[in-house]
Amino acid sequence: MSELLIKADTANLSDVIGFIDGILEENDCHMKAQMQIDIAVEEMFVNVANYAYTPDEGDVLITCNVENGSAVITLTDSGTPYDPLKKPDPDITLSAEERQVGGLGIFMVKKSMDSVAYEYKDGKNIFTMTKKIGM
Amino acid sequence: MNISKHNEGSTLTMEISGRLDTTTAPELEKEIGASCEGTEKLILDLKKLEYVSSAGLRVFLSTHKKMSKQGSMVIRNANPDIMEIFDVTGFSDILNLE
Repeated sequence: MSELLIKADTANLSDVIGFIDGILEENDCHMKAQMQIDIAVEEMFVNVANYAYTPDEGDVLITCNVENGSAVITLTDSGTPYDPLKKPDPDITLSAEERQVGGLGIFMVKKSMDSVAYEYKDGKNIFTMTKKIGM
Repeated sequence: MNISKHNEGSTLTMEISGRLDTTTAPELEKEIGASCEGTEKLILDLKKLEYVSSAGLRVFLSTHKKMSKQGSMVIRNANPDIMEIFDVTGFSDILNLE
């Protein structure tokens, strides 16, 4: 079980990605899957860093394990209860002028991961995502 | 992330390499803001770009909107994995991709 407990601050993003990449590289993750997982972890970590504890500070517990050829990643925080999966998808058919600058992060996560799940348990937000790491 | 710029008349080419993420996207936005006065055609060359998260997409969209008022913005040479991100997010339909 590999885990990282880190302050929810965007300044820690490179440490978070470094932790995830270390595990993926040990497990011969396909490059494209690694990029997609990095993006998904970035989006979810930055969400927690920007919103979970505002205006206070807090930690995120990140776990990453490879089981049966899939990476299983969880992010757990004790901040404001928030289910990111309830956020409506952006309308991607709008023109450039009509498109809002933002709201894309969680949408990219949903589209690129094999599964995503949210649970609020014992005062904690727990977000889990899985992605096959082979070809 | 690294940015290299090449100016030719009113055309500005910016080659963006490395990772465009939450940490580096503000640098790109600042660099574009500082460089595009008088530019009619902005070319973003992504040949050496390895990674783009939503923070980077936001910069592409806001720059596309801004450049539409004074000329145009073109994105070139995105690799297949990044093209897929443009496809999934609908950016392929709104950006000028070459």
